[in-house]
Amino acid sequence: MKKAALLLMLVLAAVPVFAAQPPTAPDGFVPASSLPGQEQLPAAPLVIAAYSIVWLLVLGYVWSIWNRIGKAERELADVSRRIAASQRR
Amino acid sequence: MQKLFLPLLVVTAALFAYAPFAIQNAPYESTMGLVQKIFYFHVPSWMAMFSAACVCGIAGALVIFGGRKDADRVAEAAAELAVLFGLMGLLTGPLWGRKAWGVWWQWDARLTSALVMWLVFVAYLLLRKYGGPGSEKLSAVLALFGMANVPFVYWSVNVWRTVHPKTSVVMTLAPSMGRPFLLCSLAFMGLFGVLLAARVRLQNVRATVDELYLSIED
Amino acid sequence: MRKDLLIEFRSREVIYTTLFFAVACVLVFAFGFVREGIPVDDAAAGILWIAIAFSGTLALGRTFERERQNDTLRALMLSPVDRPALYLGKLAGVLLLLAAVEAVIAPLIALMFHAPLFAFPMLMALLLAAGTVGFSAVGTLFAAMLVRARSRDVLLPVLLYPITIPVIIAGVRGSAALLQPEADVPVARMWLSMLVFFDIVFVTLALWTFEPAMTE
Repeated sequence: MKKAALLLMLVLAAVPVFAAQPPTAPDGFVPASSLPGQEQLPAAPLVIAAYSIVWLLVLGYVWSIWNRIGKAERELADVSRRIAASQRR
Repeated sequence: MQKLFLPLLVVTAALFAYAPFAIQNAPYESTMGLVQKIFYFHVPSWMAMFSAACVCGIAGALVIFGGRKDADRVAEAAAELAVLFGLMGLLTGPLWGRKAWGVWWQWDARLTSALVMWLVFVAYLLLRKYGGPGSEKLSAVLALFGMANVPFVYWSVNVWRTVHPKTSVVMTLAPSMGRPFLLCSLAFMGLFGVLLAARVRLQNVRATVDELYLSIED
Repeated sequence: MRKDLLIEFRSREVIYTTLFFAVACVLVFAFGFVREGIPVDDAAAGILWIAIAFSGTLALGRTFERERQNDTLRALMLSPVDRPALYLGKLAGVLLLLAAVEAVIAPLIALMFHAPLFAFPMLMALLLAAGTVGFSAVGTLFAAMLVRARSRDVLLPVLLYPITIPVIIAGVRGSAALLQPEADVPVARMWLSMLVFFDIVFVTLALWTFEPAMTE
């Protein structure tokens, strides 16, 4: 359980680091050779979406494993208790 | 093996914490500009997916030919991770492609074969969930077929003319791009290792519970 | 192997129902893809292979369902029959069945979609054969292994289609290349060699894994 808590702490610590780094705003950075009229689609939302998806998937999965391990360990404790109780009799 | 978990976790977390800095400082690619920076997560996702697919296939081979039950736990864990990382790759790719190619999706050799390989591992998970007892061997066979897909998907982009960049791009990266890429690749492989260990631990706990239930019934 | 074939021939149920299904499949697609008497381009190749895939899945399911009900599979496994031969016997049965289906629907599709399916008969036949072998090799393996699983009817397509999509794609592309107004023979040959490559990989994997996977 301590390991899991450490994992969660480290992951949470990484989030504000990432949040404090806004993905580069498009103003001021002009791509080397692209001309203005070429593609009006702004890239920043796409990049933000891509990185967010990765982070959300990772965090979601970690949370899912956390839950499932918690449930399984509770069940393990439960079964062990019942075995110990039945052996004492 | 257990002792490696915590150091790996720390290293991975550090790499991921540093990654945004490295990616921001990487130079812009000349034609694609900002959107190319998705590359730093997109390619490592697929690298992790390929690794997961191979781990699953090898574990499956151990289940079928070696009769090892514990290999089955690794196989199931790896299949779940293959689906996870594949999903990351499949979602980040089109976001990049929308800007770079103008379309969300193309039915070219690389994209189609990658999607199909991902579907094989989704099918693996469905089989494990709904196939009932005795589906370990069948899913192991499925994993072998899925692993056979990996070299096909990898070389598809070199053999056919596709809209997707070739594998030579990674080998010929400029060092200013190569370093962040290496960092992200290591971070993703570390993440794969950490998640695999955690997921296998879940399988182990469940197996222990099952054994205990069986011993109660006696 | 001969016993399997005899069993297949004696019970006509599977072949009649599969044929009927395949024809119905083609008809449904015909209504979908033929507008005002003019078929959509390249529809014929796709429909041919989709009909093969769907009826093949159905046939596999029905064949092994019969095995399961009679528990003949376990009996065969206990007999001193060589395991790879057992697999090949089942595969041969499925291949014959699908060959019969294709013999029926190929002319039907040629008729309904004005498709010159017989312009390059040798090459088209090879494409069909290679694609069917690939599809059936994987299908026989999975259907046999699913005999004892739950939800086997639903799971067979779920497992089979992702693996065999490359085979179907290659078959469709190869056939489509031949059905074009100016038939592209080199491209068709390329897809044929790709199909043969798939066949070798799939049959090898299937033969390799059949015995260890089927024994308890």
